[in-house]
Amino acid sequence: MAKRFDVRRQNGFVSLAILCFFLLYLPIATLVVYAFNDNDSLAIWKGFSLRWFHVAWNNGLVIESSIRSFQIAAVAALLATISATMAALATTRTNPYRGLTFKYAFINQPLMVPEIVTAVALLIVFSRIKIWTGYSGLGYLVAAHTAFCVPFAYLPIRARLESMDLALETAAADLYATKWKTFRHVTLPLLWPGILAGLMLAFVVSLDDVVITEFVKSGGQDTLPTYMLGQIRRGVTPEINAISTAFLLLSIGIVTAFFFVSRKRT
Amino acid sequence: MTAMRPAVEANGVTRVFRGTGQDSVRALDNVSVAIRENEFFTLLGPSGCGKTTLLRLIAGFDFPTDGEILLYGQDIAPLPPFRRPVNTVFQSYALFPHMTVADNIGFGLKMLGRPKAEIEVRVDAMLKLVHMQELKNRRTSQISGGQQQRVALARALAPQPKVLLLDEPLSALDYKLRKEMQIELKRLQHETGITFIFVTHDQEEALTMSDRIAVMSSGNILQVGTPWDVYDHPAERFVADFIGETNFLTGTVESAGNGQAQVALRSGAKIRATAAVDFRVGSNATLMVRPEHAKLVKGRGDLCGTIENIVYFGTDTHIHVRLDEGDVFMVRQQNSRSAGCGFENGTRVGIQIGDNAAQLLKD
Repeated sequence: MAKRFDVRRQNGFVSLAILCFFLLYLPIATLVVYAFNDNDSLAIWKGFSLRWFHVAWNNGLVIESSIRSFQIAAVAALLATISATMAALATTRTNPYRGLTFKYAFINQPLMVPEIVTAVALLIVFSRIKIWTGYSGLGYLVAAHTAFCVPFAYLPIRARLESMDLALETAAADLYATKWKTFRHVTLPLLWPGILAGLMLAFVVSLDDVVITEFVKSGGQDTLPTYMLGQIRRGVTPEINAISTAFLLLSIGIVTAFFFVSRKRT
Repeated sequence: MTAMRPAVEANGVTRVFRGTGQDSVRALDNVSVAIRENEFFTLLGPSGCGKTTLLRLIAGFDFPTDGEILLYGQDIAPLPPFRRPVNTVFQSYALFPHMTVADNIGFGLKMLGRPKAEIEVRVDAMLKLVHMQELKNRRTSQISGGQQQRVALARALAPQPKVLLLDEPLSALDYKLRKEMQIELKRLQHETGITFIFVTHDQEEALTMSDRIAVMSSGNILQVGTPWDVYDHPAERFVADFIGETNFLTGTVESAGNGQAQVALRSGAKIRATAAVDFRVGSNATLMVRPEHAKLVKGRGDLCGTIENIVYFGTDTHIHVRLDEGDVFMVRQQNSRSAGCGFENGTRVGIQIGDNAAQLLKD
């Protein structure tokens, strides 16, 4: 009998895989290791120390921009997830019609349009609105983040809705549940893992956005990523490594927490 | 309560599914049927005959293109499913996976806004009715297929619907469990006194469970009658062919009248048959004879042929005879413990067709 084709048995596959993981994780590992470097220079190891974490913690700008990042991400992710849930329901709980595919593309547009294009467009539109209204708060950043977060929240929610047995909703209607009650007692509880996954994705995507934020933000509205970008221009100290490491741990923490919550739900 | 008032009536119901472009499908074509109160009524037919469509129209999951559906005289066709006192047992059961067995059963009553105490009492009664008390707090993913089936039944019966609809609910069960559930369903129908409308493509299931059967084919109801009616007096060839096993013989009508007819086969054999409708003398017609209504004899019978195949079935034996006119005729013979069926392959035999065993059918 001929051996079944298995990509793992191809020559060089294992070494190639190891190389890929190496290239992927070595820089991150280096970054994390040097965050603990007790030296002003980034490149020369002097000894282990938490000095740079301390410096970052006492840097008012770091804390301020971090808080701003989280505020924007929290609000934008929430709004994006709500919109995405409604969009997913509207595009799955319907008979296919002409133009439905176009709607998918339309909703997912932020994934396809180059970010820089969106950023420039938003910059132009928002600067006009700023002149007309005089408002220059965080609203612009929240609006921009919400917009590009929608497809990230939409995809897992739609996937979940599509894999759901439609007979469940029919059964609920058969058992005297109105449309709203069907949604509340059957669709929504079963959709939760998808919604949580969408929320998490949207949150993380908003948290590390640079391009759109850089273009849209007003003076003094740095988020953590744009602050770091600004710092690097001035010369790098291991403080950047320390901030990045903290950021990394936080992201891992959030993702893990969401993972466990959503797994418990299913 | 008037005994003769139908529980469900379909009057001239048509459902057309508009496809893409010109190809629309007429799933139901001007169907009318009256289902009596307290009846175990079965919609029987091959897949695509419209039986499930009719059920969905009664449930409210779909709406007729034309015609009305009456529930105790009231037209329910335009009502959404949650406003109809009708519940459904789904083919896939459609149990809510995020709820316990008890919550599933209580769902309908909860949606109706009944008080908690009443729901609890009713759920317990339902659990007892389907023998599931011990599994009350299990998740529906933690119970077997047969148990899920019982929960689905209990859930649909809990709100005490006027009519219970069952959409091929036994098709996912294995043979033994299916047999058990058939008896169980009859018992439940008897105990609850609810009208059951049962959809199946399994003619044996339909015959054993139903008070009456509607045989359907390509969007039409061909015959409505008791299992005995549709089996022994099928209205047309499709019904005879679909329900049970049948031998068909073609011949020419020699005389007809008073529900009786005489038919001459190509071999010259003359067979007496019952005829539900009048046939013209001289016209071609199809005769049907059930395999168990014919008897194999050594020597000459009404038909003659050679045994081609003998199939042993445990309870009975099927003997396939190649008739002199060319067709194969099957005779079913009850087995006894004494050895063999008394015949061997290749021997010449006669087939006796008793009075009333043959029936003339319109094609």
